[in-house]
Amino acid sequence: MGRIMTDLIKSIEAPLNTNIPELMPGDSVSVHVKIVEGDRERIQEFKGTIIALSNKSNQETFTVRRIASNGIGVERTFLRRSPRIDKVVVERHGKVRRAKLFYLREKTGKKARLKEKFS
Amino acid sequence: MFKGLIGKKLGMTQVFGEDGSAVPVTIIEAGPCFVTQIRTLNKDGYSAVQIGFEEVKEKKLTAGEVGHLERAKLPPLRILREFRTSTPEVKEGDKVDVSQFEVGKRVDVIGMSKGKGFAGGVKRHGFRGGPVTHGQSDRLRGPGSISSTTTPGRIFKGKRMAGHMGNERVSSQNLKVVLVDVEKNLIGVNGSVPGPRGGLVVIKEARKQ
Repeated sequence: MGRIMTDLIKSIEAPLNTNIPELMPGDSVSVHVKIVEGDRERIQEFKGTIIALSNKSNQETFTVRRIASNGIGVERTFLRRSPRIDKVVVERHGKVRRAKLFYLREKTGKKARLKEKFS
Repeated sequence: MFKGLIGKKLGMTQVFGEDGSAVPVTIIEAGPCFVTQIRTLNKDGYSAVQIGFEEVKEKKLTAGEVGHLERAKLPPLRILREFRTSTPEVKEGDKVDVSQFEVGKRVDVIGMSKGKGFAGGVKRHGFRGGPVTHGQSDRLRGPGSISSTTTPGRIFKGKRMAGHMGNERVSSQNLKVVLVDVEKNLIGVNGSVPGPRGGLVVIKEARKQ
């Protein structure tokens, strides 16, 4: 019975966004977000490194960290199934050994770089 | 116009609104219900609609219950509930389902809250408990003073103390209907609803709009 209940809930949840490829921690990505300004809609890019993924089915999220103009770190968490995300482009896979890259918060400059992973 | 339904709470999830914002919703599997009896002022002294929910085997019900439902030519139904209304606009044997509720309208959802057992004042009434440091012991979650001294010389009735919490009838009022699925008999309301998953809930049109 519990099974049927969760199936019924799943049936109303949002489908996966097909414009988002498989994401991994350490990936350098460019997230294209739809932004509504008044009655006009435009697309804004958010470029950075994925430092965390959360896989809670309907509530999947990924956190992108980027260094803004004056060296200030900016992190943004996106809902993977949100209709506001237009697409995500993976530009580079980083070589990392853990799932959550929170240690990058303490690193600046050259130390905060990740080696590229070629597959 | 009568609007009401009996259902089962399935659980919570989130859906995306038109503007892309994530909305927390509780999904309720409600209906289909059948009108089992119309209470009228002349006959019963009050005016209401009685509806039944969840079909079961006949042997699960008492003979009296079966007879009551047979009168309205209905299958055996496990749960019966009454909704006070002066304008029934339905007749015995009618089917009611989630289509009576519209997305965007407000509803009240009534259920039995989860039982918490014998709970202390901190959990039950939000007391702050006692001090943690400065040499204090044995009063971390205590209720503090409960009354004065010789005057009044007793504890006032209704003084908030530890006791049984939960497992009582609770109404969540003015919840917005976020989705209605007539085919699957599902209704989704914004926010939480009393009771455990699988618990019985009653949905009504919001009383205080």
